[in-house]
Order: sequence, then C-alpha cells, then structure tokens
Amino acid sequence: MTIEATRPRPQPEVAAIRSALGSSERPPAPGPLSTSLTFGWRALLKIKHVPEQLFDVTVFPVMFTLLFTFLFGGALAGSTTDYVQFLLPGIMVQGVIMITMYTGTTLRTDIEKGVFDRFRSLPVWRPSALVGMLLGDAVRFTISAVVTSALGLLLGWRPAGGVTGVVLGVLLILVFAFSLGWIWTFLSLVLRTSASVMGVSMLVITPLTFGSNIFVDPSTMPGWLQAFVSVNPVSHLVTAVRDLMGGVPVGSHVVLTLVWAAGLVAVFGSLTMWRYRDAR
Amino acid sequence: MHGFLGPNGAGKTTTIRVLATLLSPDGGSAQVLGRDVVSQANEVRRRVSLTGQFASVDEDLTGRENLRLLGRLYGYRGQRATRRADELLEAFGLTEAANRQVKKYSGGMRRRIDIAASIVVTPELLFLDEPTTGLDPRSRNEVWDIVRAMVAGGTTVLLTTQYLDEADQLADRISVIDHGKVIAEGTPGQLKASVGSGALTVRVLDPAQRPAARAVLERVLGVEVREEADPSALAASVDSTGPVTRALTALEAEEIALAQLALGQPTLDEVFLALTGHVAEEQDADEEGTA
Repeated sequence: MTIEATRPRPQPEVAAIRSALGSSERPPAPGPLSTSLTFGWRALLKIKHVPEQLFDVTVFPVMFTLLFTFLFGGALAGSTTDYVQFLLPGIMVQGVIMITMYTGTTLRTDIEKGVFDRFRSLPVWRPSALVGMLLGDAVRFTISAVVTSALGLLLGWRPAGGVTGVVLGVLLILVFAFSLGWIWTFLSLVLRTSASVMGVSMLVITPLTFGSNIFVDPSTMPGWLQAFVSVNPVSHLVTAVRDLMGGVPVGSHVVLTLVWAAGLVAVFGSLTMWRYRDAR
Repeated sequence: MHGFLGPNGAGKTTTIRVLATLLSPDGGSAQVLGRDVVSQANEVRRRVSLTGQFASVDEDLTGRENLRLLGRLYGYRGQRATRRADELLEAFGLTEAANRQVKKYSGGMRRRIDIAASIVVTPELLFLDEPTTGLDPRSRNEVWDIVRAMVAGGTTVLLTTQYLDEADQLADRISVIDHGKVIAEGTPGQLKASVGSGALTVRVLDPAQRPAARAVLERVLGVEVREEADPSALAASVDSTGPVTRALTALEAEEIALAQLALGQPTLDEVFLALTGHVAEEQDADEEGTA
C-alpha cells in the first residue's frame, strides 16, 4: 500500500502538454503516394509485431503444392515430376488468391476496433489507407510465391523461362492480387462481421480457383464448364504466368489479365470508396 | 469548451461522427468552422481532430509507432515525425511505455495515447467523445487535467459525456441532448439551477423511523420525498439549501437519529427528469450509432 503510494507514477505534464500543443507546426500535406506508402509501412510494422500472420502465407502454399502434386501427379501426368511442371505456376496463383481474402477480414477488424475512424478523419488522399494495406499485403503474397517456387524446385520443377520469367510471372500475380483485393475491401465494408466476409469470400474464391485451368487442361471438361473456365480471369492469369515462367512467347493472356485487373480496380475500387465515406 | 450531455442512445456520438465527417447526415446540413461537412469534408478534416469512444489507435503497434505513423500522414518527414512522437510521449507521461504495443497499455494509458494521437498537429477544434467512460477515478482525473491543459492552451474542445459532473468540471457551456434533439443549453450553473440546487440523501439510523422521517421532510421541504431501495434511505430534490437546515432541526426535534445527511449535485437522471419529464432510458450501445 505504502509502496504503491510512494512510487512515482509517470504523470502527464500539464506544462509539457501545453508546450507540445504550442510547438506543433502544420507541415505541407503529403501526396497520395507518400501517404499510401506510409500506410504500407504500417502493414509491415504489423507483420513485425504479429509474425503469426505469416503462418498462412507459408503453410498454405506448402500444403497445396504437396497435396495436389502427389494427389493428381501420377493419375494426370504419369509422374509427379511431369505434373509439377504444369501445376506449379497455377498453384502459385491459387496460393496467392487464397490469401488475398485475409485483406477483407483484416480491414473488417480494423473498422470494428475504431482504427479506421481515425484514418478516415485525416486530411489525406482517401484511398491511401486501403492502397497501403494492399501494398503491405504484396509482401505477404511475395513470401507465398517464393515459398511455392522453392518447394517446386525441390520437387523437380524446372522453369524454362529462368529467373526473369519467374520474376515477371510473380509480378503479374501481384498486380492481379492487388486488384482482386478491392473485391474484399468492398465486401468488408458491406458485411458487418469478419466471419461473413470470410464466408462470402470463400464463395467467390472457390469457383474462381477450381473452375480454372490451374489443375487440369480444360479440354476434357463439359462445354458449360469450358465456357466458364475460358472467361474466368484466373485462367488468363494462369496461362500468362505459365507462358512467362515456361519461357514460351506470351500471347494475349497477359493483356487480358491486365485488362481484368484494371476493370476490377475501376469497379470494386469505386464501390469501395463509395462505401468508405460512411464505413462503420 | 462545450459539453454535449446525454444518456446512451441520445445521439451524441452520431452528432460527433457527422461533424467529424465520418458519417453523412441523413438530411439537413452541418458546418464546422464555417465549412460544410459534406461538400468541404477535406477542409474540415484539416482543422478538426477526433478522439473516439474507443481508443482508435492501432493496438498491434507500439505507442511511438502509432504517433510516428500519424505524424507522417500529417506530413512530418522521417526524423521530424519521430521527434514529434517523442515530444508527445514525454508530455503525456508515456515515454517508458513508448516501445510497448498499445494492446498492453492500461485503460488510462490508452486514453492518453489516443488523446496524444489527436494533437499530433494541433487541431482548431477537438472532438472528445466520452473520454473517461470506463476509466478508474485516478485515470479520469488525469484525463481531466490533460483536457484542461489543452483548453488553457487555446484548443477548442467539444466534449460528449454521460456524466453531469464531468461536463460540470470541464465545460463552459453544456447542451443536453435527448432523442437526437438539444433539449436544454446553458452554463453548468444555469442547468443546475433549472433542476434545483441538489439531491438530498438522508439515511436514518433505525429503518423503522423512515416513514416518520419522510413525513417530516415532506412537510418542511415542501417537495416529494422518495424512499430508496436501501430501507433506511430517503431522497429528494431541493431548490435551495435553506430548507435543508430547517429539516435537520425538525428531524432532531422529532428525535429521529440520522446516519447520514448529504446534499449532492443533481445526477444526470434528475436533470433529465426535470427537463424531459422522463428518466434517461438506457439503450443498447448498438443503437447509439443509428439513433
């Protein structure tokens, strides 16, 4: 009791508070790029303090790659080494797309905790908090892609496109993942709980990834499914990444992927910012 | 400093959220510092700052990182943002906790870091939304000291609170809000005068004497005296202190021994009773946002 009473407790200093108020200046407002990067820095700080959030980006790709390579390899391509040449670019795409969905639940949690109320009350370029979040996620996506590549190489994947082809492929995945992220930011502003954001995200992601050419060549599929697979943007992305990593001349799929990416940002970016005004 | 006083669900938080540009008004318009909150939202954001009901800093980051982050967003560069963060941490007594994650802070520390976050750049107008809800008395006094220091330093503050004594301690003018409408406005003194000077609580030594004591009090004070849940307690609202002295003498004459006689400030409930004719209704915190 006495110890408690006599121990000096750090106190806010009235004089210091006044001087802190007085010494504040009003620096020139930073530009959109600067504030987006600052929000990206916040995402990196969060990874530093909560490294558990890297669990999904390391374990998911390993699990998917091993599971699908050994599950389908023998049956579909005769050997796992043959199959991994076909599967790896696709499974890398799937790994990244699966983890983009955490962007939505993270945003939902931030909104619930009131962090975004402060961000939204700042005089900064409005989308920068979200752009920064997605930029920070790019680090997570890159880790996922690196883990998948490393495991692929161990399993006998030999990309003919070399380092350049692989790097270009990963970059294309990052661009697409960034634009896909705006669907999840929009959902998390429309839906009220993290659990419902997760549920709806799964409903979107499952047909997008499995209804594509990630696992098998679509030529044996029934016509209606082929029709879906051929318009699915994930199929364009996977084909483009396969071409880049496989060192074959890239066709229209790279362009189509970029068009899809631009379209997603235009539509879901606008919808997100429309909901962002009154987010709660 | 202006206080917004009202119970849960009265519309205080909603009002603040509209004024701080976090929510579009359903109808009508609002101006803050002469700028429209919808069409000139960014102008408003440049001038005001908000401290929400819940500490709205990032729990996963440390105190220093939170302040550096906001400093950079306001345009301080590198070293300058760090220096500003350290200056604020020092002023708010948080230097020791600077490198700890905010989620590990105590309630009082969280409120201080949140207020510090609101003055990274000194605002022209600061919204303080229920700054002491859920704090222990010592932390509450600390927050009050901080708020007084800011007001003395020339910052205009709009405070919302459910506690009459908080509004009384801090605000020059108070608006009482109920169901989204301002039902009374004035200085703390004027408001209290409108509900009588205070709440009289009498506790008799022997609960069996309570009915007798009640009769004496009603006769001398000329107001209604309520029997409280405590079997020895009585309560009444009085307009002035004069009759209270007479009541004490009368009780003594009737040989009614008292355990306690206290004349306190009217409570928010009494303010409400006097102003609206109904008691403050408790509503779900959830409804507050939509009220």
